[in-house]
Amino acid sequence: MAEVLVLVDHAEGTPKKVAYELLTLARELGTPSAVVLGAGASAAADRLAAYGAETVYVSEAEELDGYLAGPKASVLAQLVADKSPAAVLLPSNAEGKEVAARLAVKTGSGLITDAVGVTPDLTAEQPIFGGSVVVQSRVAAGTPVITVRANSTAPTEAPASGTVEQVSATFSDADRAARVVDHVVEDKGGRPDLGDASIVVSGGRGVGAAEGFGIIEQLADTLGAAVGASRAATDAGWYPHQNQVGQTGRTVSPQLYIAAGISGAIQHRAGMQTSKTIVAINKDPEAPIFELADFGLVGDLFTVVPQLTEQIAKRKG
Amino acid sequence: MNIVVLVKQVPDTWAERKLSDSDKTLDRASVDVVMNEIDEYAVEEALRLKEAATASGGEASVTILTMGPERAVETIRKALSMGADKAVHLTDPALAGSDALQTSYALAQVLSTLEYDLVIAGSEATDSRMSIMTALLAERTGQPQLSGARKVTASMEGTAGTVRIERQTENGYDVVEASTPALVSVVEKINEPRYPSFKGIMAAKKKPLTTLSIADAGIDAAQVGLASAPSQVASFATKPPRSAGQVVKDEGDGGVKIVEFLAAQKLV
Ligand SMILES: Cc1cc2nc3c(=O)[nH]c(=O)nc-3n(C[C@H](O)[C@H](O)[C@H](O)COP(=O)(O)OP(=O)(O)OC[C@H]3O[C@@H](n4cnc5c(N)ncnc54)[C@H](O)[C@@H]3O)c2cc1C
Repeated sequence: MAEVLVLVDHAEGTPKKVAYELLTLARELGTPSAVVLGAGASAAADRLAAYGAETVYVSEAEELDGYLAGPKASVLAQLVADKSPAAVLLPSNAEGKEVAARLAVKTGSGLITDAVGVTPDLTAEQPIFGGSVVVQSRVAAGTPVITVRANSTAPTEAPASGTVEQVSATFSDADRAARVVDHVVEDKGGRPDLGDASIVVSGGRGVGAAEGFGIIEQLADTLGAAVGASRAATDAGWYPHQNQVGQTGRTVSPQLYIAAGISGAIQHRAGMQTSKTIVAINKDPEAPIFELADFGLVGDLFTVVPQLTEQIAKRKG
Repeated sequence: MNIVVLVKQVPDTWAERKLSDSDKTLDRASVDVVMNEIDEYAVEEALRLKEAATASGGEASVTILTMGPERAVETIRKALSMGADKAVHLTDPALAGSDALQTSYALAQVLSTLEYDLVIAGSEATDSRMSIMTALLAERTGQPQLSGARKVTASMEGTAGTVRIERQTENGYDVVEASTPALVSVVEKINEPRYPSFKGIMAAKKKPLTTLSIADAGIDAAQVGLASAPSQVASFATKPPRSAGQVVKDEGDGGVKIVEFLAAQKLV
């Protein structure tokens, strides 16, 4: 079976959950090979082998973290030329999509983004227009480059050899054009990443103040969830911008999305309406968020959210 | 400083958007159309950079570049009425159904005929939601990609400039720097777009608008359009709109009610 390359999303060599999901998906399409790029890459091999990576291509070249998107696309393009894989799968986050875009141009290939499934004949399923239409697409040129959303496949282990192969990459001047001069990490207290999390609890203007996010975080921690926020909340400085969910924030599709004090503006929906189950807490019975909630509670979040946290904690014993 | 702003006309997000049954492309004819919302922020940022440049004695211009059907002129006029100086409209029946890769090829061809220090785009179009145009154009032009900016600063020394952006990341932000000419995309955090003034709307009618066909722009007809698109829609299905579930009023046991629902769904 032909190789299927999977670009691994990782932090200093610790793969994100989406990497295991993509390897699980790649096993249906061919023989998975993981591609790990950037600082710490070598450390990831064992964990990737556990999820089916027969080969783990590794490069820790400085350019990979020092410049936006171009260098990673160059390494992948070299691998596509050398290994003739059946397809390349990447995570459908901001960086994954940009690397995919550049890779598609470099290799003269077709590109599909935001897939939620890929069949063995490499047909990708994509929800569009906020999930109201589902499209089956195929790539008609080159090596299919497909970005896949987090939470699309349940990751399962399937041990493979995970043979590490160092890739020696060469980079062009264009790869070195956009230089990362500072990398600022803002702490979010050890909670799961929004893109990966299977549960997201979000707060909006109704939370009222930065301190108000305390009860949102407590609920999230009880559920092992990530914390999201509406633009009203991030603009007010109540919660960091990186936690914004929506059109210009993150797009999430967790198993469960809980929106507290969020009205459900179209730009917010754009980032969360493909969530499997949506629960909304809002004191306004007319709030548009109730139009898409599977369960809506009309009430004051300051009493409902703490009670919910307490009830869940009780169930968990 | 010469700035080109990429502006797209899109269906209104509140309108019902459909794919046409015959060719499975977005049905652009039957819906209300508007300027892609984030592109307004791109126009605003260009105008601010121009104002800053002229305030310090420099020269600057803002050119709108739009690819789209004839009616996209409405959107171009809006951008001109906000204060852009001139516009280029790439329109040709042969472009219909082009995917993102083909669109980036066509736009790159037009860009190669323009003189610019910066290209500014919105980070995402509300119809396709791919967020990759800046990356595609960077790959095609060999110019730097400064995407997802929540802040932009640009400084010119004669014809050589430096651009710096703050780019939102998943756990903070990156500061990214490049030399001009550079390609920037912006998110809505960056500014608050102005409304066109009455004077601006009147002036827009007289501003230069160049219309280009693919032949004018040196675009190879074999590389654009639905038939040769490198990604093809095989089929599609309309899903019933997400129907509202049950809505319950809090009677003092709201938290309990939610847990009962979650437990029934096996979510806790
Ligand atoms: C270009 C552009 C991009 C945008 N991108 C995004 C984006 O990425 N993400 C995003 O979220 N928004 C985005 N927006 C903004 C969006 O239009 C809305 O303004 C925003 O989502 C509103 O946030 P909110 O729901 O928290 O606030 P509001 O709309 O003010 O709603 C607050 C809600 O809280 C409820 N409430 C108040 N107090 C309580 C209480 N005690 N208990 C229970 N409920 C209560 C109210 O009934 C109300 O429904 C964007 C806008 C533009 C123009």
